[in-house]
Amino acid sequence: MSVHFERWNDHCVRLLKHEFVRFKNALVLWAMHPWERDARLVKEALKKGPQSYGVIVEIACTRSSEELLGARKAYHSLFDQSIEEDVATHIHGSERKLLVALVSAYRYEGPKVKEDAAKSEAKILANAIKNGLKKNPIEDEEVIRILSTRSKAHLKIVYKHYKEVSGNIIHEDLDVSDLILKETVECLCSPHAYFSKVLDEAMGSDSHKNTKKGLTRVIVTRADVDMKEIKEEYMNLFGVSLSKKIEEKANGNYRDFLVTLITRDN
Amino acid sequence: MASLKVTASVPPPQEDAEQLNKAFKGWGTNEGLIISILAHRNAAQRNLIRQVYAEAYGQDLLKDLDKELSNDFERVVLVWTLDPAERDAYLANEATKRFTSSNWVLMEIACSRSSHDLFKVRQAYHARYKKSLEEDVAYHTTGDFRKLLVPLVSAFRYEGEEVNTMLAKSEAKILHEKISDKAYSDDEIIRILTTRSKAQLNATLNHYNNAFGNAINKNLKEDADNEFLKLLRATIKCLTYPEKYFEKLLRLAIKKIGTDEWALTRVVATRAEVDMERIKEEYRRRNSVTLDHDIAGETAGDYERMLLALIGHGDA
Repeated sequence: MSVHFERWNDHCVRLLKHEFVRFKNALVLWAMHPWERDARLVKEALKKGPQSYGVIVEIACTRSSEELLGARKAYHSLFDQSIEEDVATHIHGSERKLLVALVSAYRYEGPKVKEDAAKSEAKILANAIKNGLKKNPIEDEEVIRILSTRSKAHLKIVYKHYKEVSGNIIHEDLDVSDLILKETVECLCSPHAYFSKVLDEAMGSDSHKNTKKGLTRVIVTRADVDMKEIKEEYMNLFGVSLSKKIEEKANGNYRDFLVTLITRDN
Repeated sequence: MASLKVTASVPPPQEDAEQLNKAFKGWGTNEGLIISILAHRNAAQRNLIRQVYAEAYGQDLLKDLDKELSNDFERVVLVWTLDPAERDAYLANEATKRFTSSNWVLMEIACSRSSHDLFKVRQAYHARYKKSLEEDVAYHTTGDFRKLLVPLVSAFRYEGEEVNTMLAKSEAKILHEKISDKAYSDDEIIRILTTRSKAQLNATLNHYNNAFGNAINKNLKEDADNEFLKLLRATIKCLTYPEKYFEKLLRLAIKKIGTDEWALTRVVATRAEVDMERIKEEYRRRNSVTLDHDIAGETAGDYERMLLALIGHGDA
């Protein structure tokens, strides 16, 4: 008598594994202290390479100055190195200078702004972007200075003047070839719209594995911060409630966990 | 080690504040009294005195000092009395408004303070100037100087003793290559100097010396007039042998060489509570006379008395 067993379909096994891995990853990320979370996310992004550098921009630009400092402290503790030394070592492309500057920033967080400086800086940015074909704006010394050292309040005024000078919103003048620069400006200027877009892309049907991770990352890292505003912006941009979209796309415990996180403030 | 001498039993801050206020009363000022109190209180004690003084007399002690004192003496007392983080923020802000020799002040603060102290300076800068330190440094510098100074003041170096030997060897090689090509402001040189921990840098520079037969600063002496190279050498010295860096600064200031007029005041006030004893040892080793002797020879009056008190001359 021969013994047969019916081997389960490999595809189904993979799906099941993914389901549980997603849930596990979300829980583990949620359980960590925000500083440790951010330090680990940066480390992972560096390991994964250029297509993940957007995560570094996200963390450097959407966290408060104190939160970014906390991430830098956690990085020392976890990896025996500074965040800036790792970023500088692992990144070799044109985006290195900007990214090192962004993770090193300790921006002033008050309301005081310099209207005149903001006006002239808007012109500097507009020129740099216009001459983009001759000199890559992401390596422009002045672009880096403005975007990586000015306070967020000051930058809002810069963007206002930019619109007057060029007629467009600044990130509309940047296209996919300037992706890191575009994401920097979006994160600094309209973080909630940025997060909404990351979430929507993550839930797209054909998105890449890395893009899909955006769903867990954004929900877990923003649940206690500005989820309310992100939900509002999501509805504005896509006409659907975020919870509903998640319920459509995700399954099981993973889905329930995410939905719980985003409805905490209700 | 610090040279600051504090008595075993310090009077309560209220009494200090009262004595200081007395020192300002009437014609002139009792500078001796000011020195005898302030030069023998540490940062925490000075902060308390300022607080109590403000409550008792409705005025910031520093404002009264500013009114009553003048010139070098005033400056050293003012700079000394400030809390260290506030002091560094004040010195850095001043430096961004002045010309080239001030780049050294920025580099000095960025390289000789610990990572945590440098961060406290950045916080103090926000509070006092309503801007970030790096935005001011970036705005007021250009070219290679900006390329070096902004990352220096933004660094939050790992402070541990962990060293990666392989990395030290490979980065020593990179430094040597770039220097041989005279690419002194190359991205890689900047990256290594502005992001690596001090322990890692020490290891790298030791390997440099072993592998290439010369200390790195020797190879950076190509052009006597190149201001950037001078700053680069000073950066390296400040990161690895701060007491040697400060000794040289003091020596030049005392002999009135160069344009850093406030160097004597600044070094004494900023290092008295940190490593002035080491600096004094280095000074004696290099110059065969004590720092006390040279300060007494080159300065006078209350300024001299305050400096000597801060470097630990005589008793508390």
